Amino acid sequence: MTGNLLFEAIVFLAGAIICVSLAKRVGLSSVIGYLLAGILIGPYVLGFIGEEGEDILHFAEFGVVMMLFLIGLEIEPKNFWKMRKTILGMGGLQVGLTMLLTYGLFVLLGYDSIVALVIAMAVSLSSTAIAMQTIKEKGMMETTSGTSSFSILLFQDIIVIFMLGVLPLMSNSNNDTATLDHSEDLSLLESLPLGFQTLAIIISVALIVVAGRYLIVPMLRKVAKTGVRELLIAAAFLIVFAISYLMEFVGISPALGAFLGGVVLSNSEFKHELESTLEPFKNLLLGLFFMAVGASINFIVIAKNPLTIGGILIAVIVLKAIVLFVVGHMFKLKLDQKLLLTFNLSQIGEFAFVLLSFAFGLNILEQEQMDILLVITALSMSLTPILGMINERFILPKVGTKEFIKRPMDHIAKSQKVILVGFGHFGSTVGRFMRSHGVEATILDFDSNRVDFLRKMGFEVYYGDATRLDLLESAGIADAKLLICATNKIAVAKAITKIVKEKYPHVELMVRTKNRYDAYELLNLDVNNIYRETLDTSLALASDALHKLGFRKYTLNRQVQNFIKYDEASLRRLAAEPKREEDYVFKARKEIEQQEKSLEEDFKRGIVDFDNHWDSEHIRKQLEKSNET
Amino acid sequence: MKKILIIFAHPKFEKSRANLALIERLKDESHITFHDLYEQYPNFHIDVNKEQELLEQHDVIIWHHPFYWYSSPAILKQWQDMVLEFNWAYGPEGKALEGKTVMNVITTGGTRDVYCSEGYNSFTVNQFLRPFEQTAKLCGMHYLPPFAVMGTHTLSDEDLENYANQYEVLLDILKSDFKQDALTNCFFVNDLPILSN
Repeated sequence: MTGNLLFEAIVFLAGAIICVSLAKRVGLSSVIGYLLAGILIGPYVLGFIGEEGEDILHFAEFGVVMMLFLIGLEIEPKNFWKMRKTILGMGGLQVGLTMLLTYGLFVLLGYDSIVALVIAMAVSLSSTAIAMQTIKEKGMMETTSGTSSFSILLFQDIIVIFMLGVLPLMSNSNNDTATLDHSEDLSLLESLPLGFQTLAIIISVALIVVAGRYLIVPMLRKVAKTGVRELLIAAAFLIVFAISYLMEFVGISPALGAFLGGVVLSNSEFKHELESTLEPFKNLLLGLFFMAVGASINFIVIAKNPLTIGGILIAVIVLKAIVLFVVGHMFKLKLDQKLLLTFNLSQIGEFAFVLLSFAFGLNILEQEQMDILLVITALSMSLTPILGMINERFILPKVGTKEFIKRPMDHIAKSQKVILVGFGHFGSTVGRFMRSHGVEATILDFDSNRVDFLRKMGFEVYYGDATRLDLLESAGIADAKLLICATNKIAVAKAITKIVKEKYPHVELMVRTKNRYDAYELLNLDVNNIYRETLDTSLALASDALHKLGFRKYTLNRQVQNFIKYDEASLRRLAAEPKREEDYVFKARKEIEQQEKSLEEDFKRGIVDFDNHWDSEHIRKQLEKSNET
Repeated sequence: MKKILIIFAHPKFEKSRANLALIERLKDESHITFHDLYEQYPNFHIDVNKEQELLEQHDVIIWHHPFYWYSSPAILKQWQDMVLEFNWAYGPEGKALEGKTVMNVITTGGTRDVYCSEGYNSFTVNQFLRPFEQTAKLCGMHYLPPFAVMGTHTLSDEDLENYANQYEVLLDILKSDFKQDALTNCFFVNDLPILSN
């Protein structure tokens, strides 16, 4: 068994690595690579994977669940509420129109009306996995086509619950046979009357919202306090698993539940940490999912009915495309956005696998009908990336608009992005002042207690280790103009500096340092904007002390500015001197040496009495001197 | 009794012999407010509300400053730019300063003879002070001729003592119910015999 499992894992992983990297090299989407890998290792080409393909598909659907959790994380409740009209309007229209037309088509083709209705349901749903993966990969989440696609997919996720609920009612045969097959999925839903089903769903949704706030976030804080990183990964998985289990228990799509869970947690400081933890797992599972789809394409069925399958495939895609285009038109999308929406959602989605096999279990569909439809579904999913590529390469350039790259408005908004690392006393002052100017920095901090406290004060603070590239990336470093490093840990500042200088050299770094010694290290890493935390404060104190001894404030103020200017210059000069071993004894000795050097330079410069401006005494002496000669 | 506000601007007061002599004499009297701009606002960040309140609380305003490049030190210009706001100091609603008296008290390095059409400064001090005069006029204030201590580089301690005495007398006159005319028909108020008793 273990050997077999290991072998399967090797086949899948090797297939993924070879095919996806090939696809990427040729400039194709990774989805095509995964699908291709699936077909290759599937029963009809290399035959590594046989009947178990279906099980793997079921397992891999978990990638879709995770994806929706992550999407939920990015959508804050207030934005979700803003989208309600698009979700209901566009989603409802798309599902309704597609079902109507598909139903007509299949009735015309001579299918039984109930069968046609089931097929219409299956066809009206698109693939969240493929569409969202494409949208994310292309960075189109912010565009209108991206949000429209997302709204429609979300509506489909909701409506599929009702479809699954209605199916048993359409069955002529005894319901018991169906529940035998799908008792796992629909236990509670089946056993309760309709009113209770709704109640159960509402209660479980409420449970997620409440648990998110009062159970999950406190738990994450406890976990964060332990400082054990893998515990956080475990916690992230626990959240997603628990939500999925609950949702399956009451009969809602786990993906929808996970999405809700994500939305609930999107306001928490753990948003970015959860994102960067789950992201790689999600991608791998989605890859597995696409491979399973590829492997499940039944080439024998295709060989038997090439014309039927080809005909229906084309008809269904064209039909879905027309509906999407019309919906896009009714919601006033621009032409290129309409095209993107159309090509992105014109496939039949993974829910079709669920719906069709459920209907088959209920004896609504015959084996052959199901096989044909499953093949069509898999093929339509496989075609999506290819159609998308055709659209992108051949159609969109002729349409002329390039809105899908980035709208100018977005570009300005994003180019103002500031990332603030460290939100202690120093960082919070920086953040508060910037915020008072309407600049909201994306804040990263590693102290969950502080994060909690500051969030109560209304700051947008996230929890995480900012020296990790993936965390910086999910915080949006790619679009950032400034990265302000306000931590007092020189090791962190140096690590961030190295990452940013290497990966995102366009981001301007502004770094706080404790003392001149740390400043030297950063200067040697080529950081120009260095802020020694003690310099201004100590001089302010010294200047006030001198004021209390009778010195005039304005004169002191000018001297402080002179001192800073001079000290900065000497800092840069000394940093350029050759370095010694980083040894503690050396460090201490070196610091004393530098103190001496600074004092010596101050002395040479004659620090205060250099300033003869507005000094009538000085003028008088000069006059006397010139009178004497 | 009238209240007097001395708005003093010297970037290096600690080195100014003439101004130290003049200011030293100011008694700690309730009707005189000595307001040191460079000391209050070393960063030039002038508190406009506070300044306006101060002005409203006083009847006589004195701009006391050295004469730099034929005008005042920079902070006094900053003060004018910030404090004398539209519709507060001037403009249709700007009546806050109306009826108040204002004058300059200045110290110059150059002697009186170089400030005339034949001297190397070409113009008189009164001519150079026109912007202040007109500022006063626009704000509805009575502008008095300046009190000028000139040729400070060559003044003896005794001379400075005399000027300080005159300044004291001037402040005494200003606090009383003085007649504008008594102080107007002259180039400098310190030329008037009433200051030299």
